[in-house]
Amino acid sequence: MSEQQGLGIGTDEWVAQHEKRLARRSGLLGILDLLNQKVSPAIRYGILGVAAIAFGLFVDDFYLQRIAANLGVFLILTLGLNVVMGFAGLLDLGFVAFFGFGAYAYALTSSGHLNQHWPTYLSVPAIVIVTAFLGYLVSLPSRRLFGDYLAIVTLFFGQVFIQLIISSDSITFPGNEESTDITGGSNGIPGLDPFVLFGYKFKGAADYYWLLLVILVFLIIAIIRVDRTRVGRAWKTVREDSLASQAMGIKVNNLKMLAFIVGAAIAGLAGTIFAGIQNSVFINGFDMPLLTLIYAAVILGGSGSIPGSILGAFVMSVLPEILRVQNYSEILFLSVLILTIAVLGKSWKKFAFNIALVVLIGFLVKVIVSALNIATTPAATWAIAPVSKALQHWLVIPQSRLLWGNIGFVLLISLIAYYSIAKEKIKFYLLPLITYVAIFVWEDRLVIEPNTTRQLIIGMLLVVLMIVRPQGFLGKTRVEVL
Amino acid sequence: MLEFKKVTMQFGALKSVSELDITVNKGEIVSVIGPNGAGKTTLFNVVTGIYTPTEGDVLLEGKSIAGKDPAIINRLGIARTFQNVRLFLNMSVIENVMAATYAQTKSNIFSSALGLPSSRREEREVRARAEELLSFFGTRLTGYRWEQPAYSLSYANRRRLEIARALATNPKVLLLDEPAAGMNPKETQEITEVIERLRTEKDLTILVIEHDMHVVEGISDRVIALDHGVKIAEGDFDSVATHPDVVEAYLGKGSADRK
Repeated sequence: MSEQQGLGIGTDEWVAQHEKRLARRSGLLGILDLLNQKVSPAIRYGILGVAAIAFGLFVDDFYLQRIAANLGVFLILTLGLNVVMGFAGLLDLGFVAFFGFGAYAYALTSSGHLNQHWPTYLSVPAIVIVTAFLGYLVSLPSRRLFGDYLAIVTLFFGQVFIQLIISSDSITFPGNEESTDITGGSNGIPGLDPFVLFGYKFKGAADYYWLLLVILVFLIIAIIRVDRTRVGRAWKTVREDSLASQAMGIKVNNLKMLAFIVGAAIAGLAGTIFAGIQNSVFINGFDMPLLTLIYAAVILGGSGSIPGSILGAFVMSVLPEILRVQNYSEILFLSVLILTIAVLGKSWKKFAFNIALVVLIGFLVKVIVSALNIATTPAATWAIAPVSKALQHWLVIPQSRLLWGNIGFVLLISLIAYYSIAKEKIKFYLLPLITYVAIFVWEDRLVIEPNTTRQLIIGMLLVVLMIVRPQGFLGKTRVEVL
Repeated sequence: MLEFKKVTMQFGALKSVSELDITVNKGEIVSVIGPNGAGKTTLFNVVTGIYTPTEGDVLLEGKSIAGKDPAIINRLGIARTFQNVRLFLNMSVIENVMAATYAQTKSNIFSSALGLPSSRREEREVRARAEELLSFFGTRLTGYRWEQPAYSLSYANRRRLEIARALATNPKVLLLDEPAAGMNPKETQEITEVIERLRTEKDLTILVIEHDMHVVEGISDRVIALDHGVKIAEGDFDSVATHPDVVEAYLGKGSADRK
């Protein structure tokens, strides 16, 4: 304890407490931090496991089972990408091609398309191994690359895969007159065999759900163990400083290749199960939109964090489904909005004041509108969902909804843009105004167009989260140079 | 132990190191001094395989290592620290050291994933070894510090951790690039003692780049002065420090006469 004497600024102790000082935040974020510290990982995984089992046992709604199974597949993908990007720090934009390869390989070995019906216990492991080998092949030219260079090369491989699948519907082999249809081109391959394991033929999403649950348990345990031991540590050194890593005897190129291979194998496995659930494969399911979603999930949860990946996958795959239902999407929209105010307000006092102002603005607008005799849409036509009903005596929707909605939308964007550069004092009064306009635009315009709105909300969530917490929900703040 | 034979390192038209002959004997502590841009760090980068020498050869225990992969050279027994301290900042202190045992450990991705006994045993051994290495610096890097991220360390502790990390690779030759840079007089005195202990306790041959002449005087069996990539003096500290060419390199032409 020789260093206890100097607790002044600049000493080690002070630096050491740096994180703790940051963590003591007030308001909503403070509570979140506290929860994050107090609940041990074992309890979190336990709760998650129990919830997952309960879901499998008690939910027999087909639609929900389907969502859960898709979530399972998405989770495997996210965990796989987390190995490649989170642990080893490789920006692999061809990741989703391995998923597609797994799915197509399963389709070709388990359907009437090429008249191959391999048993599941043979086809799935074989496909995983072949996908891993494919990952090895892709890593050969990519192993010396980092960052954006690697991203470009892997993006190329991903696109090559898509083009190959699309154009492999009429291949003429030497010696043959007629062309052969291998991949079904852009029509895909329908009518796949379901999984058959231990003599049990999988009937629907619920069966795949249990399989996925078992796989996920093993996968998560395996990844946590690898992360904590020799290979995981070496991956992290590659991510941190590959030159120093080499100087410490770590063969950086080999480790990058290994990360690629592991990621590919995991994605390939996810692909086979996905094909099984879907009963069919189509190439447009393996393109950029899915890649973006997986990346968003990993980054949202916190790159490199396993619980983060799980949370991120959950948000990115369940959220779009929730947003399909107007009432849910409305509740979600309002909660996100209120959360945003709470976070931006920094303290509970300011938060309460903000909300009060929003309410006030609402009634003020109502008074003005009735004074000016502007024609309104009767509440009965727009206030249908419970949340809108609650708002019907407060909010005014004008008769020409489209016009005012568009004006409101432009106003909203301008206000938000101004907010980002406004002075602290102005910000304080601007926030309630923005909130009111946001609610108005939502009820007036966005509710009518759920598809666009869905995208908008996901985008909004990502923007807000990345501003408030750039390291992701459960990620650690990373220090680059200090 | 370590031999440079007419090593030349050329970047375009610039000869950073030019036909350099240096021999470092086993168990020796040799300091390399010289003004900025003299080619000292380039020399280190050539030895550790970051650069391949344009001409000439580097021998470790009589075998050529020039142009080999940095990881291979490290495995052959050369470890280094960096002038600008390149730790794995977002990993914990002990992880930094544990990671450097990579080349001497065996558990692969499968044995780790399955949690096989061999993997667990190795993990315990690696941890014990890392703890032991960190205790080399007294209590400065022990106890509660093990689990702290490396970026939370003070500058001096980062330099110590970097030495511990280099030791974890089990080197025969240790290259220290400005180990005392940024340290206060007390810490400088301490690092001088540490370097001496590294030789006696860890049985190392040490090559040091250092600007602090008190450190150089305190540790060196032999001093080599470089300027513009050429060796201008070699010998014990006193003879090199008073050598006219060395004085000229540091202070400019004519300063030796004025004195």
